[in-house]
Amino acid sequence: MKLMTKHIPQHILYLNGVSKTFDGFKAINDLSFTVKPGELRAIIGPNGAGKTTMMDIITGKLKPDVGDVFFRDMVDLTKHDEADIANMGIGRKFQKPTVIESLTVFENLELALTGNRGVFKALFHKLDAEQYRRIDEVIKRVGLAEKRDWLGGNLSHGQKQWLEIGMLLNQEPDLLLVDEPAAGMTDHETELTAKLLKEIAGERSVVVVEHDMEFIKALACPVTVLHEGHVLAEGTLEQVQANEQVIEVYLGR
Amino acid sequence: MTSQSRLAWLMNDVAGRRLMALILAVIIILPVLNLWVPKDSFFHVSSYTIGLLGKYLCYALLALAVDLIWGYCGILSLGHGAFFALGGYAMGMYMMRQIGDRGVYGNPLLPDFMVFLNWQELPWYWYGFDNFFFAMVMVALAPGILAFVFGWLAFRSRVTGVYLSIITQAMTYALMLAFFRNDMGFGGNNGLTDFKDLLGFSLQKDTTKVALFVCSGVALILGYLLCRYVVSSKLGRVLVSIRDAESRTRFIGYRVEHYKLFVFVLSAMLAGVAGALYVPQVGIINPGEFSPINSIEIIIWVAVGGRGFLYGAIIGAVLVNYGKTFFTGAFPEIWLFMLGGLFVVSTLFLPQGVVGIVQQWKDKRAEKKALQAGASGEVAS
Ligand SMILES: Nc1ncnc2c1ncn2[C@@H]1O[C@H](COP(=O)(O)OP(=O)(O)OP(=O)(O)O)[C@@H](O)[C@H]1O
Ligand SMILES: [Mg+2]
Repeated sequence: MKLMTKHIPQHILYLNGVSKTFDGFKAINDLSFTVKPGELRAIIGPNGAGKTTMMDIITGKLKPDVGDVFFRDMVDLTKHDEADIANMGIGRKFQKPTVIESLTVFENLELALTGNRGVFKALFHKLDAEQYRRIDEVIKRVGLAEKRDWLGGNLSHGQKQWLEIGMLLNQEPDLLLVDEPAAGMTDHETELTAKLLKEIAGERSVVVVEHDMEFIKALACPVTVLHEGHVLAEGTLEQVQANEQVIEVYLGR
Repeated sequence: MTSQSRLAWLMNDVAGRRLMALILAVIIILPVLNLWVPKDSFFHVSSYTIGLLGKYLCYALLALAVDLIWGYCGILSLGHGAFFALGGYAMGMYMMRQIGDRGVYGNPLLPDFMVFLNWQELPWYWYGFDNFFFAMVMVALAPGILAFVFGWLAFRSRVTGVYLSIITQAMTYALMLAFFRNDMGFGGNNGLTDFKDLLGFSLQKDTTKVALFVCSGVALILGYLLCRYVVSSKLGRVLVSIRDAESRTRFIGYRVEHYKLFVFVLSAMLAGVAGALYVPQVGIINPGEFSPINSIEIIIWVAVGGRGFLYGAIIGAVLVNYGKTFFTGAFPEIWLFMLGGLFVVSTLFLPQGVVGIVQQWKDKRAEKKALQAGASGEVAS
């Protein structure tokens, strides 16, 4: 179920005053953060800054204690669960790459392919020629053409990352949340990943979490620095790198 | 290769087709050897054997139902005996009402145990069971409804893993206690027995026994084909995805609880059919069938045969039950220890059961062949 809005929303994602506490520990603390349609945004921050937790909140895995989380200006994401949110058009790549290990690359992509998610539809589902073409196109795009019939579990770490990005593409979401895509990738692969994400942005909004500064640099996009569940700084990479607070808590380690 | 042919789900399943052909041969040849070969001939197959194999076929269908949810969706039900027993009770109720006034007390309407309890009228939930088709619908519907309600509550609240296993076990235990009670109206302790006939055919006759045996085989084959179709469909791949990475599946947009519910209900219905075919062949259904240990035994059959292949469950059910028949006859004291040992051995050393060993052995041979053929070192590791 894709939401049909006539005009482009002001914000694809809007977080305001969001907090989340785990056993008294504030993982997310009064976080406010917005993403515009078609924007590419990088998020950096030290370990435990709350980057993954923020994604958990946006995708319905966690409910915030307080705060607003809106998608396309109108949809209150705190009122929906994971499957609903995924079907609205928010796709997610996990920090630890998770592909379906006992399905092939092709089958992983087939499952992710946008379309009806109903039980009985799935029972009688047959891929049509267009869908085959689409899957094969994505397989090529993420460089797994030779691994088409490999089991997900037999792929290398980097290849799993690519497969997961491919699955994300096949979902055709309006907003992609990509958690540490370059982890475990060679320099060359990292470069290709940055290129791919830049291509995707524009027609879709992309939020990327990453520690690799070379990668962030290659993305050449606005950067948000998270620290202790709160936005510490926002701006271009040069600007945040020059920010003294940022240097103190993160970059200058 | 993902073949696009309409029958790909069947064509790609070589082992399954062989096993189905074998079962088909058995249910064609054995009846002939039983009914038409003279009793003193070497080739005669006794009615005892027919009854025994008929039981195995029902167990195999039950194991298949368990493998569908456990092997493909990771739902370890330790209460599937309950669905089997419910199907059995539905069939038993039909056969009780078939007795009519031929019971000890000669009451045309009430089964003997109700007369014995001084009941004056038939409880409402026994209505309709004099009709064969109604009873057959209930065979699948009763377990299906229980599975639906139970699954809806459990899967919606995201109860998984050990917790789910424990509550399925509690479910069958609670049902056992309930069915033990006389005032439940299912014959209490003694259950339902002294059946006379089914659709007018006497249960004592060899032809009826053979017919039940053949029906069990046919039900197993149809059940297998249905399960194979399900697991080969996209739905089957969603199930595997739930088994391997449940939360990932949600984030792709699949409603995990709906998928689990579907396959759980389907599996319960298959178990009910197995129970319904089982009861006329053994002549009795009592609350013992709900006993938790029965449900655990089913898991052992599947584990021994090989989880997640479908045909493995069938092989496991027949092997273990053949062992049970043999050992409970020869050394009744040690059977339970053997069963426990079997489970330990199969989980520790044979994660893929008997079918897995054969598979490994085949892979090794294929590898060797590839090496001997002097392939250019392109053997997949
Ligand atoms: N389910 C949970 N229960 C308790 N604490 C949690 C839970 N999830 C996260 N946390 C804590 O919240 C904090 C933020 O974690 P989070 O995973 O969001 O950090 P991160 O910014 O993604 O870090 P990293 O760069 O290491 O991935 C951490 O201190 C973590 O231990
Ligand atoms: Mg993280």
